[in-house]
Amino acid sequence: MARAATTTDAFNAVAEPRRREIIAALAGGERPVGDLVAALGIAQPQVSKHLRVLREVEVVQVRDEGRRRLYRLNGLALKPIHDWVRQYEQLWTERFELFDDVLDDLKKEQGDGGAD
Amino acid sequence: MAVPTSGTAVVSTPADEQILITRAFDAPRDLVFRAYTEPDLVSRWWPGRRGEMKVCEIDLRPGGAWRYAMVAEGGFDVAFHGEYRGIVPGEKVVFTEIFEMPDGTLSEATLNTATFTEVDGRTTLELLTETSSKDVRDMILASGMEGGVQEGLDILEELAIELR
Repeated sequence: MARAATTTDAFNAVAEPRRREIIAALAGGERPVGDLVAALGIAQPQVSKHLRVLREVEVVQVRDEGRRRLYRLNGLALKPIHDWVRQYEQLWTERFELFDDVLDDLKKEQGDGGAD
Repeated sequence: MAVPTSGTAVVSTPADEQILITRAFDAPRDLVFRAYTEPDLVSRWWPGRRGEMKVCEIDLRPGGAWRYAMVAEGGFDVAFHGEYRGIVPGEKVVFTEIFEMPDGTLSEATLNTATFTEVDGRTTLELLTETSSKDVRDMILASGMEGGVQEGLDILEELAIELR
């Protein structure tokens, strides 16, 4: 199956390490691009390129305030990713709960003097 | 490294090509190892609460094959297989894992390492999945099964809580 284009898929957009840094930087609140350049330590064109990808998948939104453009996170766009990781974690949590039951039975076996 | 909390599997990402699942059990290591490697016991937990185990073959020796298949709720089959690469009884199992896709094609193999560590009668299981190439990693990324996202999980979790 062909991969979805980066720009249409929030999962891929967020998979890029620099873009994750931008998301982390914006988690504290709305910031102008200059703050992000300082926080990431890379050139503004790079930051702008990543912001454009994040805006296209609506993970990041922008508004103008006077002469400044302020970027902020859109949590709703990130929620499917959060839910997905949670789902994976949930499967393993389920498995391990049943694993606990197996261990309880094995401990009982040993406790009954059935050790071989 | 996150400390596993009781009852919860902790999924994290030590590196971009890796997924690590961690869980502590209130049992000595030899029992946890048995529950992880004996077919009758694996059949009880591997399907989770999502179906019934149909096949559970474990030839626990280097080069030995394994295959797990379950029938999920809704009637479709889910199957994985692979080969054991290294076994330290009670301590470690290294094995490959291949997902058998519903159309019959096979996924790329991942290399998995299960490590069992006992402290004060409690055992921590660490299950590390290493993808074999950037392509595999990218495929996993594309499917959304991405550990790297987990780096930001604390942030995402806060956001998700806000969104409730």
